[in-house]
Amino acid sequence: MTIESQPELTQLNPAYVTTTRIASALGYLPFLVGAGVLEYVQLLPPGCVFVPAFLLYLFAAFVVPARKYRHWGYDMGRDRLRIVRGYMFFRDTVVPFGRIQHIDVEQGPIDRRYDLATLTVHTAGNHNSTVTLPGLLHADALSMREAIRAAIRQDQI
Amino acid sequence: MTAQPSSDVEAAPVYNEADDGERLHILGLFVGFITGLPQLIFPIFAAFFGTRGSDNPLISIAAVCAILLFSLFFRWLSWVRFRYHIGAHDIRIESGVVSRNARSIPFERIQDVSIEQKPLARLFALGEVKFETGGSDGDDAKLSYVSMDEANRLRELVKAHKSGLVSVANSGTDASEVDAPPIFAMDPRRVFIFGLYSFSLVIFAVLGGLAQQFDFLLPFEIWDFRHWIGVAEKRGVTVENLNGIGWAAQIILATVALCGLILIGFATGIIRTLLREHGFRLDRTAKGFRRRRGLLTLTDAVMPAHRVQAAVIQTGPIRKRRGWHSLKFVSLAQDSKDETNFVAAPFATLAEIWPIANAALIDAPDPAVRFRQGKFAWWSIRFFGLVPTIILAMTAAMFFAGIPFYRAVLLLLVPVVFGFLWWLEWRRYGDFIDSKQIYVREGWWRQRLAIAPQVKVQTIEIYQGPIARRQGLASVNFGISGGSLEMIALPLETAKAIRDAVIEQVAAVDYAVVAAEARASKSI
Repeated sequence: MTIESQPELTQLNPAYVTTTRIASALGYLPFLVGAGVLEYVQLLPPGCVFVPAFLLYLFAAFVVPARKYRHWGYDMGRDRLRIVRGYMFFRDTVVPFGRIQHIDVEQGPIDRRYDLATLTVHTAGNHNSTVTLPGLLHADALSMREAIRAAIRQDQI
Repeated sequence: MTAQPSSDVEAAPVYNEADDGERLHILGLFVGFITGLPQLIFPIFAAFFGTRGSDNPLISIAAVCAILLFSLFFRWLSWVRFRYHIGAHDIRIESGVVSRNARSIPFERIQDVSIEQKPLARLFALGEVKFETGGSDGDDAKLSYVSMDEANRLRELVKAHKSGLVSVANSGTDASEVDAPPIFAMDPRRVFIFGLYSFSLVIFAVLGGLAQQFDFLLPFEIWDFRHWIGVAEKRGVTVENLNGIGWAAQIILATVALCGLILIGFATGIIRTLLREHGFRLDRTAKGFRRRRGLLTLTDAVMPAHRVQAAVIQTGPIRKRRGWHSLKFVSLAQDSKDETNFVAAPFATLAEIWPIANAALIDAPDPAVRFRQGKFAWWSIRFFGLVPTIILAMTAAMFFAGIPFYRAVLLLLVPVVFGFLWWLEWRRYGDFIDSKQIYVREGWWRQRLAIAPQVKVQTIEIYQGPIARRQGLASVNFGISGGSLEMIALPLETAKAIRDAVIEQVAAVDYAVVAAEARASKSI
């Protein structure tokens, strides 16, 4: 079930693909270096380690982020936030604004270059006590935070 | 560095140590010292063996005494530096020998006040008071030890502050609660029956573990069977003798041994249950559920009714025949580590349990309603993983280990047994939602029925793993404070329908309002 089939869901910012590619390319680099070292000491026939490792690296760092992006989606309702993600492990989470305890907007160093941010909401539940939504434009994340906050305050009055 | 003195100056006039800080009970110092002695065993051993080589045996004794005095001195120091103060809006605890720590706990944040009496403390009429807050490190607000009078005074004080805060009407009911009959209590007979059902052979594991740990202290080799046979032979019992006494005698011996084992199992269960559950009494007070129990260690815990997030009713296949169930309340208390769930009734009939649950605003399922069964495919799919593994194991056993075919076939029993267990699981599983609550029933050995009011749900998630997706099945996970409820083996469309129905209930009310309503309703 891709996100395109559900028109009510909003997709993440396309720049999310780029930031995830950079993050995973850097994150998986040690494995590639390790494979290079194994290749260098020549315990196995040439190419036995490095070639599969390199292909796996390319797949994880360049193909997977695009697939991930295709399966992320969210919907800001009047009184709830719905987040859909994953293909192999599909999750469709709904958090009512009335249950949100506090809200974070996070920006990592890579995110900052592309003006992206991650929105995290915390609830009092044990399961899913933090629900994160990455790949939002920073301004969007801030306005979503304000909207949720306003909804909470209105409920309490 | 410069900021610290200024804050001291600010704090000093308000909380003057001289007149309004109170100290813990001085006898508590010795209780703490004695109960803390086991922690000193290793330093004492070290001091003893370290000085053993010297000529004068007095040096060893002096070293041990020095360690004891040292420990007592530090306990005294921290006792001197520990003060608590009951203010108008909060409880303040100042502690720390070198680095000072001033903690403030506002009365509104205190969820629970529990008083615990360990045997030694009970001798001196002392108690340990714990203030539980919603935070994750609630254990730190602990007063060990104060006199029981002071402990009760503190509890009443917090209660008075809280009830004044919530509604004035509560103060009237406070006086009457003392003599009100308990909503659930267990007499010694009930505790004994409960003990019978708590059959346990854990004592052998404990003894075995101890023997393994400390076998260097024993004068014989405990695991040396030849030694034991030797001991037996010295007393005139030999293997030939045993073999010679005939089948009947051997069977009798085995039966006696088995009976002994069973007897020990029952005795362990009864003693453990008696220690924990003696004098069990649950009261519905203005503040919440108050539970008292214990033989040597008396515990007295209060769970505010509005903090009950869900109820779990549990039973087993054997005790169910006699109608015995247990009731637990799930709450957001993270502070009491051994018991996140409040046991409201450990051993009771359903007729006794439902009124207790009702007092926490949780209703019994309508007996006319049939629970929705899970799709059997959810369980049976596991065979696709298990059967090839077994066949592989059989072939491997025959070809590599040379095990004859008729014995390798015995491995086929594994899928049969597992299949039977999965079938039982499927049979027991059931769920449904009504207009107010969520019900999930599961387990064939530990049979659980979990009930959660829909307004207490925090998040709802539909989940599909790679296998379930191919089957078109999904699970719905309801996150609640202190636990979660999971409905499994649902068709995706049903899962969505359930999600949408519940979310309408949940999103309609703010959580703060839910909590406030629950608080208000109990003052009626």
